[in-house]
Amino acid sequence: MPNIITRRGTIGLGAGALAAATLGQGAMGQQIQRAEAQAPRLPIESGATLRMLRPVRFVQPDEEVFRDNAARFTQQTGVQIRVDFVGWEDITQQTAVTANTGAGPDMIIGFGDAPHIYVDKLIELTDVAEYLGKRYGGWMFMAEKYGKRNNSNDWIGLPFGASSGPIVWRQSAVKEAGFEGPPNDLGQFLALCRKLKQMNKPAGFALGNAVGDGNGFANWLIWSHGGYLVDEAGKVAINSRETIAALNYLKELYPTFISGTLSWGDVSNNRAYAANECWLTANGVSLYFALKNDPATAPIAEDTQHTLMPFGLIGQAPQAGLTLNAMVFKHSRYPNAAKAFLQFMLESEQYDRWLNANSGYWAHPLRAYSASAVWKSDPKIEIFRDTMDNRFWNGYKGPISEASGAATADYIMVQMCAAVAAGQSTPEQAAREAERRARRYFRG
Amino acid sequence: MSVTAATDWSRVRPQPSALARLFDWKPFLVFICMLPAAALLLVFLTYPLGLGIWLAFTDTTIGRSGRWVGLENFEWLMGDPIFWSAVFYSVFYTAVATVGKFGLGLWLALLLNNHLPFKSLLRAIILLPWIVPTVLSAIAFWWIYDPQFSIISYILVDRLGILDHNIDFLGSTWPARWSLIAANIWRGIPFVAISLLAGLQTISPSLYEAALLDGSTPWQRFRFITFPLLLPILAIVMTFSIIFTFSDFQLVYAITRGGPVNSTHLLATLAFQRGIPGGQLGEGAAIAVSMIPFLVFATLFSYFALARRKWQQGEGND
Repeated sequence: MPNIITRRGTIGLGAGALAAATLGQGAMGQQIQRAEAQAPRLPIESGATLRMLRPVRFVQPDEEVFRDNAARFTQQTGVQIRVDFVGWEDITQQTAVTANTGAGPDMIIGFGDAPHIYVDKLIELTDVAEYLGKRYGGWMFMAEKYGKRNNSNDWIGLPFGASSGPIVWRQSAVKEAGFEGPPNDLGQFLALCRKLKQMNKPAGFALGNAVGDGNGFANWLIWSHGGYLVDEAGKVAINSRETIAALNYLKELYPTFISGTLSWGDVSNNRAYAANECWLTANGVSLYFALKNDPATAPIAEDTQHTLMPFGLIGQAPQAGLTLNAMVFKHSRYPNAAKAFLQFMLESEQYDRWLNANSGYWAHPLRAYSASAVWKSDPKIEIFRDTMDNRFWNGYKGPISEASGAATADYIMVQMCAAVAAGQSTPEQAAREAERRARRYFRG
Repeated sequence: MSVTAATDWSRVRPQPSALARLFDWKPFLVFICMLPAAALLLVFLTYPLGLGIWLAFTDTTIGRSGRWVGLENFEWLMGDPIFWSAVFYSVFYTAVATVGKFGLGLWLALLLNNHLPFKSLLRAIILLPWIVPTVLSAIAFWWIYDPQFSIISYILVDRLGILDHNIDFLGSTWPARWSLIAANIWRGIPFVAISLLAGLQTISPSLYEAALLDGSTPWQRFRFITFPLLLPILAIVMTFSIIFTFSDFQLVYAITRGGPVNSTHLLATLAFQRGIPGGQLGEGAAIAVSMIPFLVFATLFSYFALARRKWQQGEGND
């Protein structure tokens, strides 16, 4: 009996996939505006076959539609493609091995900084990128930042999408506290969190070693005060007046959190939010969908809203995103086929279906896809539409490099904040310690 | 004719070939037979160890192969408070957890050594924490220590009403450190208890009978019979336990990832954190290499304990 192993969630996802697939053949793709543009000439090598690695899916339809799009390419060109889905923790290491050994897959969709680390092992994708940019209303800010080599117009990666973690909050609680929504002003935001704490409906942000949520919060805190880890030239600049002001602000903000956030991992806030213990946090869209798809927590989803992280002193939402970034290796024997494939996947016939299949988990890199049906499918996810227009990235404001990725993975910013929140260090000590550790990574 | 026959006769037993003679030569045969084992050791033990030590003297990262930088990694670590905190906690963790494991393990072994109903079933149950894969028990403890959903907090706050707020096990330095030690002790007790139980059962009952006739107290019987005769096995089990505890990784990584603010990093977890997610393979290797002196010390401890056993048995060989 197959029913025994089929969980409710899987049925739901399957239905979603079906809906996405049906829609994809009809209405979807048509509302995407395209300009006339001359596609680059990419004569596909005879007998070409391709292998690609990419991170595993958030939702089942992601993989189904991606594979189906690849099968279309095979149908049209005769190029056989094998796509392997790799765990998120492993993709960085597998990219490193592929780049260093000059063997393995022709293309990898890795995370943001990977093409910048292995830049001399990759072929340039400028022709494809410029064509797509012209055709689809231009690349968005983060896409250009991650796609182009630092300080140049050479494209080394083709961003496929990004996800970010805005504020996720309970409408009822924030209203009860006397606010319409999370305010952009830092003082007001503190007042809101204090009020929530008084009402015993506290906010909570991860300060533990959580790669996504911990870094998201720490970056927001420093950036919203005008601080940054490294300057434009890649020199460590974390030990600044702005950082110390941010850490002093944290000293007042932290006591309003639910207890235990110093040991929170990436899933802790999801659990606390779903259990009505935490009423305001920062997270990707996954939390909302998890709540919405489970009848037991659907009322919480009903009461949930998303808002950009408070702007603070800088007039825009200080949040970065996790970016999917595709690259083609020099060792590939069929570079034209690989480039043609990536271009094919980003054309609206394929990309819009895929975007819809992801129901908002990934946001598009090309401006024309803002008109995609997915952003109208649920008003609560509309905010994720402009994710790639965020002006921030991990390692802001320095060049994207191996060091910026390593500093994120080693929680330098998170631990600076956590040390102050825990009362272990003064803001000055914590900023100095972060500077010392960051210098090690950014030693050049 | 007869001469020819004689030559024919000698040809029936052909001279063994050079190769055959070589294989009949015992030293060569021994060498050949050991070769596969030596190759295995070389490829799977010596090479990775050597590579690890070599990496510690380079600035290799995950993205690129490194250059020789001499002692630079170690010099950096000397000035790194996080490294020293990991050294301190590794030693503290090992010391406290070992004392705890041996205290409780020995007690458990003494209890199990008595005649109890369902003795074998009880012994099997005792082994459970040891049998369960570490990561599974770590995840169980992660839930037990969760700031919001801990079962301990639930019982104390919601059921008994003794406390008015949840316990924050992993949120600050010392509670987190003690919580991890408690988890490690829980996991380590069965190994100690079962090993010591095996040791207890080799002690001849006649010694206890003789002591009883001499009017000894239970404490005297433990102090002068059980303990000295258990000492050899105690020393070996302790050495293993110290080595396993010192190089523990899974419990800490699964429960706290070294947090809060690096206060529960052991050398093994710090080496992994710096080497793999942080990408600094050279520095990670240097941290791992710096564990070697401690482990050598533990091994020497075992060596001397073994030597002492010979001396002990010289008198009371039975």
